[in-house]
Amino acid sequence: MERRSFLKVAAAAGGTMLVPVFGNAIAAEDLMNPMARKFKKELADAALNAATKAGASYCDVRIGRYLNQFITTRDTRVENIVNTESTGVGVRVIANGAYGFAATNALTVDAVADAARQAVAIARANARLQASPVQLAPVKGVGEVTWQTPFKKDWREVPIKEKADMLLAANKAGLDAGASFMTANLFQVNQQKYFASTDGSYIDQDVHRLWAPFTATAVDKATGKFRTRDGLSSPAGMGYEFFDAKPEHKVRAAGGVTQLYNGGYDIIEDAKAAGKQAREKLSAKSVEPGKYDLVLSPEHLFLTIHENVGHATELDRVLGYEANYAGTSFATLDKWKGRNFKYGSDIVNIVADKTTPGSLGFVGYDDEGVPSKKWDLIRNGILVNYQATRDQAHIIGEKESHGCSYADSWSSVQFQRMPNVSLEAGKKPLSVDDMVKDVKKGIYILGRGSYSIDQQRYNFQFGGQLFYEIKDGKVGQMLNDVAYQSNTQEFWNSCSATCDQRDWRMGGSFFDGKGQPSQVSAVSHGSSTTRFNGINVINTARKID
Amino acid sequence: MKILNQEETKRISDKVMSLSKADECIVTINGSRTGNIRYARNAVSTAGLVENTQLSVAVAFGKKQGTAVINEFDDKSLAKAVQRAEELAKLAPENPEFMPTPDKQAFKGSDTFSKSTDAINPEYRAQVAAYSIEACKKKGLVAAGFFTDQSSFETVANSRGVFGHQSQTGIDFTCTVRTEDGRGSGWVRRDAQDVNRFDPRAAAEVAMEKAIRSAEAKALEPGRYTVILEPAATSDLLAFMFNSFDARSADEGRSFLAKKGGGNRMGEKLFDEQVNVWADPWDKDIPVLPWDNQTLLARERMDIIKNGKIASMNYSPFWGKKQGQRAVGQPGNIIMSGGSKSTEELIASTKKGILVTRTWYIRMVDPQTVLLTGLTRDGTFYIENGKIKHPVKNFRFNESPVTMLNNIEELGRPEVLAGDESQFQLLIPAMKVRDFNFTSLSDAV
Repeated sequence: MERRSFLKVAAAAGGTMLVPVFGNAIAAEDLMNPMARKFKKELADAALNAATKAGASYCDVRIGRYLNQFITTRDTRVENIVNTESTGVGVRVIANGAYGFAATNALTVDAVADAARQAVAIARANARLQASPVQLAPVKGVGEVTWQTPFKKDWREVPIKEKADMLLAANKAGLDAGASFMTANLFQVNQQKYFASTDGSYIDQDVHRLWAPFTATAVDKATGKFRTRDGLSSPAGMGYEFFDAKPEHKVRAAGGVTQLYNGGYDIIEDAKAAGKQAREKLSAKSVEPGKYDLVLSPEHLFLTIHENVGHATELDRVLGYEANYAGTSFATLDKWKGRNFKYGSDIVNIVADKTTPGSLGFVGYDDEGVPSKKWDLIRNGILVNYQATRDQAHIIGEKESHGCSYADSWSSVQFQRMPNVSLEAGKKPLSVDDMVKDVKKGIYILGRGSYSIDQQRYNFQFGGQLFYEIKDGKVGQMLNDVAYQSNTQEFWNSCSATCDQRDWRMGGSFFDGKGQPSQVSAVSHGSSTTRFNGINVINTARKID
Repeated sequence: MKILNQEETKRISDKVMSLSKADECIVTINGSRTGNIRYARNAVSTAGLVENTQLSVAVAFGKKQGTAVINEFDDKSLAKAVQRAEELAKLAPENPEFMPTPDKQAFKGSDTFSKSTDAINPEYRAQVAAYSIEACKKKGLVAAGFFTDQSSFETVANSRGVFGHQSQTGIDFTCTVRTEDGRGSGWVRRDAQDVNRFDPRAAAEVAMEKAIRSAEAKALEPGRYTVILEPAATSDLLAFMFNSFDARSADEGRSFLAKKGGGNRMGEKLFDEQVNVWADPWDKDIPVLPWDNQTLLARERMDIIKNGKIASMNYSPFWGKKQGQRAVGQPGNIIMSGGSKSTEELIASTKKGILVTRTWYIRMVDPQTVLLTGLTRDGTFYIENGKIKHPVKNFRFNESPVTMLNNIEELGRPEVLAGDESQFQLLIPAMKVRDFNFTSLSDAV
């Protein structure tokens, strides 16, 4: 059976990347007209009333219009332009102490009321197999409010030609600089989300995000070798102004080995560097396996934070709700209760938030109507909290939810999803070059590469895009075939230094999967360049013939 | 919207075609009804039913293409969809690699529909969950699982006379059972087109037994071991490799199938001669639609690996034309031949080895060699003198499926399976493989 809908997108090494498709393709002009707020309130009230009348003790309604535009290019050609739209209503209720959910794409008062009654019936059926009733942490109704991602240039208003030309210019820059092949894609998302609940909230939000990943591939036919270098950009919760890179958005890598970006992105400049570096990788020195001090740039470290702190501190995983798919967590409740579990060294401070401008997790309210906030997960190396939704807050003694509820579509049930999870910048003034100068034998790693971690988030192995040898305090030659392998607690306890706020910036994951049926979400992770001492590095070169 | 029959979709596609002024018009109609139930900590967490039907209209003027999709089917909406697609096509840049879809051709139907699966109701789903929850409660175990069933159809048509319509059904069940102290974990997956082939009680038993037996795990040194890989342990490894069977990538030098000096490795022996893999849309165990809905080309029975040699690669219509090769529909299933032995019989003939239930979080480390990393999960056991001796801690591996398929000692009985991250339906055997490369230990249970 077809398990999910995917869009095939050209990706690294000539293969394809499968991108989940959320809705139906539509013409661009239709993207601009939001549904009238009055109409949404009418639909929401119909559901709230029907659910209450049918015996629900709680009901929330999400009316969603999800708009996406994907542009895919390969070398000098635009391969595909897809506009998608998905509109509908999801109704969640609590009846007899259990959840029920139903969704419809029919936008009429009758259909929505029907869905609400169906949700109540499902809740009653589920109640029979329920161990204990759902307990929701209180949240104050906020009445009718609105929120919008701050942006200067609406991606929906930028002509398709301008966007396609930018990607083709990036491909050309990569090809001219040494790449044999280029692919560049642009993903743009607009979620128009209306939330209403029996708590008295009517929240209308307009969320914008975008991401422009590319891959440069260099081939040496004589030796049969090929190498790739992906773009170093991060996805952003911003408008199209993200691509108007100004000098203040440019960040110098340690030793000046490459150009990095913060808050604005020059895709053409990065593609040019990628073409050159992909070619350079073909003849770079293969790494000698062993223990190294790793200096990890934020463009790389974000994914490590995501995998071994972000996912490990999701309370639903800790409790066992994700046991059948994503897994559980080593960061069990006893480790948190004792307030003495050394997750990392003293300088490791990790915070969760949904409030940082430009981040993928930035919203006004979550999908349970809880206002966004910021809180500690790890303070001075000690595990102090988790990520919770309304029905989980009581389990960890919190009086209110952390606001971590999210659904990727009107037709999906909202559940606990990761907020932005970030490593705080160091307090002592420290630049990237200062960081490197104390390292005798190390590797400087940039960009997102291969990543794999076990189902309880102990053992992980990560690669990257660019690797440079650090010898006696200096960044030297490029290395190849590098991956590091460690255990989460050992790794964070080996954290020995982190650069100050000047170097802090975010990376992000645009299609993070979790749940059954699987849902995707987008989340950012900030950090400064950070050092980890004595990490095990393996050599990944193999022969198959 | 209800599931549409052939007459209804034919009427819709004919109407769309008659409205289009483009040089070419392709219509795809998909509809599905998907039910699911999810449970954890011995209680149901969510259950739902999602229905969806959509119409895709793709048109081309010369080498300029546009696509629009809607989910309304009245005449006015059909006209709107055609108009939108034609407007987008006129705005789109010319694609020099554009290829028209094929002329009229007949598709030989495959048996992808089961009435019993189509008739699954919420009570049946609740019962599937209840079997494992109740059995686990009795034994002091904790169940988490997911059952989903789907009934769907697909219609493809173009303005050159191609038309195909077929219904499909399928179920997918996964269940993880853990001991209350969290020291043991077992898992099972079952996939079937016909729900009558699925026994939820027997499936739950497998996960429960593995959970109980995996509790006192001992640490073994990482290294190269003879392993018995159950089908769920190789499904995603194989899917990663078969995703790299694109002829163009090989010809362009960016695939493990690229030949040093140029060209591809068609016909070369890359695997043990016991390895025979093919695709067959009409296979009785895992039938798939007889067309590829991207190109509207008919799928064929095709050898992919024959006696260890590369027997075919995937050609897109453009690359096929350029290279003088015939393009056919991309495969929807992967079938690997095996033997007649059960996993227990493979264990019985093993002096020393490790039994792997499944693998997890597999990622490409180096596409040059298809080097993959990932971990074992939910039931890893040490075998000595033909018997399971004790459970072992999970391992991380760094291994290429190319190497794995070179080191085959013996193959078991093939089973139907979906991968976690695979686009293919799979029918693959358990494999006994020598020198499988475990590189570190994991404390995860």
